[in-house]
Amino acid sequence: MTAVIDKPANKPRPWAAPPRPAWEEEPSRAGLAGKGIALSFACLAILFPLWIVIVTSLSSRKTIDEAGGLVLVPKGITFIAYRELLSGGQVTRAAIISVLVTLVGTLFSMAVSVLCAYGLSRSGTLGHRWILMTLLATMFFSAGLIPTYLLVQSLGLMDSYLALILPSAISVFNILVLRGFFMGISQELIDSARIDGAGDFRILRQIVMPLSRAVLAVITLFYAVGYWSAWFNASLYLNDQDMMPLQNVMIQLVQKQEAPVGLGQAIKTGQLSGLAVQMAVMVMALLPVAVLSPFVQRHFKKGMLTGAVKG
Amino acid sequence: MSHSTVPRTSTEAGTPEKTPVASGDATGAREKPPAGKLSFRHRFRRDRVLVLMTLPTVLLVLVFNYLPILGNVVAFQEYDPYISDNGIISMLNSPFVGLENFQRIFEDSAFWNAVENTLVLFFVQLVLFFPIPILLALLINSVVRPRVRAVAQAVLYLPHFFSWVLVIAVFQQMFGGAGMLSQLLRENGYDGLDIMTNPGTFPFLLTAESVWKDAGWGIIVFLAALASVSPDHYEAAAMDGAGRWRRMWHVTLPALRPVIALLLVLRVGDALTVGFEQILLQRDAVGPGAGEVLDTFVWWNGVRNQDFGYAAAAGLIKGVVSIGLVLAANKVAHLMGEQGVYKK
Repeated sequence: MTAVIDKPANKPRPWAAPPRPAWEEEPSRAGLAGKGIALSFACLAILFPLWIVIVTSLSSRKTIDEAGGLVLVPKGITFIAYRELLSGGQVTRAAIISVLVTLVGTLFSMAVSVLCAYGLSRSGTLGHRWILMTLLATMFFSAGLIPTYLLVQSLGLMDSYLALILPSAISVFNILVLRGFFMGISQELIDSARIDGAGDFRILRQIVMPLSRAVLAVITLFYAVGYWSAWFNASLYLNDQDMMPLQNVMIQLVQKQEAPVGLGQAIKTGQLSGLAVQMAVMVMALLPVAVLSPFVQRHFKKGMLTGAVKG
Repeated sequence: MSHSTVPRTSTEAGTPEKTPVASGDATGAREKPPAGKLSFRHRFRRDRVLVLMTLPTVLLVLVFNYLPILGNVVAFQEYDPYISDNGIISMLNSPFVGLENFQRIFEDSAFWNAVENTLVLFFVQLVLFFPIPILLALLINSVVRPRVRAVAQAVLYLPHFFSWVLVIAVFQQMFGGAGMLSQLLRENGYDGLDIMTNPGTFPFLLTAESVWKDAGWGIIVFLAALASVSPDHYEAAAMDGAGRWRRMWHVTLPALRPVIALLLVLRVGDALTVGFEQILLQRDAVGPGAGEVLDTFVWWNGVRNQDFGYAAAAGLIKGVVSIGLVLAANKVAHLMGEQGVYKK
């Protein structure tokens, strides 16, 4: 992760540039400025739209009308849009559904994936090669949308939340990443635990998993984001509008510009701005990932590479 | 030897045998015959727990990845979804029609339109998206202040974790008919501009969305390749009089070559998949003329029009061509001396 080659002897100053090696020429002023501008532009292109979305979601109807729509500079903060959306009704229900599907799904996916990854992490075991091939092959073909749809229908999963979890429960890529990490844990450590009488489940729980916190955090985030962001399976397998998760409701509210069920009147006549409501739904969708992902960020590279390379 | 502090990475060490459970001594494993020579019963007794652990995943994969392959039978049927609520029963009772569905597809101009849109999108994305993560990685890599680097990376990675619904909603608020851009134009006396519904610029809109969402995430793998370059190489190049740019050309870029080749192979192998969810969400806004690709063609005919046999046939064509593309792309990579996705 760090580019620091020669550690500075004095206290670490994270904002300062570490000393350059002697052979490297000092950067020119123009070069530094150019880099700064390019990097700032890239970051602003991401942050500026998010800023507008957040500020508008927190603005009153008056501010929004004065600004002629989207609000750039906040003038007073009001949580009216959030209060209305979260006081029961369509969006509240959708948010709860999304949270529950994400929690249950992530737990299930992690349990299944970690078990499989550990089961495959000791090479030379019985059937190890066959199982690995069976999993790997799925990365190169897809049975197709229609056959998968017919299968889910035949299994009786239509209009069931299981249809949002089971068909997409595992990612072979994630299992490979976990497996790659587990393979790096020394065989001696595992052998010594075995001599002390620990079985495979106990070794996994008490030795392998505690040593793999970084990669477990990364893969948990990947699975959770997958469930949180999913909308297509819900649109395919659920017919009941009351069962829809947050992303599907967001399609209705933001893309199709419909008013949330029960709030139409308040938007037409009252204090509530339709735009603020749209923005508030968007903030609800982005907040969990925006808050969680930076914490896991420093593990990304480590987690991604150990597994991907050894695939 | 057994107390070596170097963690053993099993792949590099060939195939080290797993210590048999029965053996009470860690070094004992080495005197045993290699795993392949043990009897099946012995190996089963030793490994049954590990095999059992993979069982849930294997079952899920068999049911949801392999079993549906059989469902491609409907591509050769006039499948009637109203026979039963159960797809399998409907399938067993639907008449076979041979290659009729395929014949219809090849005569369908909507199909060829979808093929054309898919290929155009693939090339536009390849040319406009592919280089950006490389350039961004070089930029980030040249930043030496650790905190600046960490903050920039956090910001650049962020949109990767947003859903397509959210990304498109953000773009709509910026570039839609009531978006930021239109608002600015109107305030200054111009007409508003709705980029989100303009079929002519649709491939570029899609590419811009992909760049916003995933270009930052794409730098990770390049950063890792860059971090693995030994500083000695740079120092040696500098000693030989290579300036900043020559060092980038002769040291940095060669280090990225295998990664670039691998990603190109993956991308070409996946050429017919150009972002299903992203496009499906915007298909109606721009209309099928510009917004229909192969995947949405399958969705429209199957899920919307309930013409399952026809849609499955289109999906099967795409699937078979895709497998061919993966194999071909790997072959090219091997010929070029790169490793590709799998080894020779």
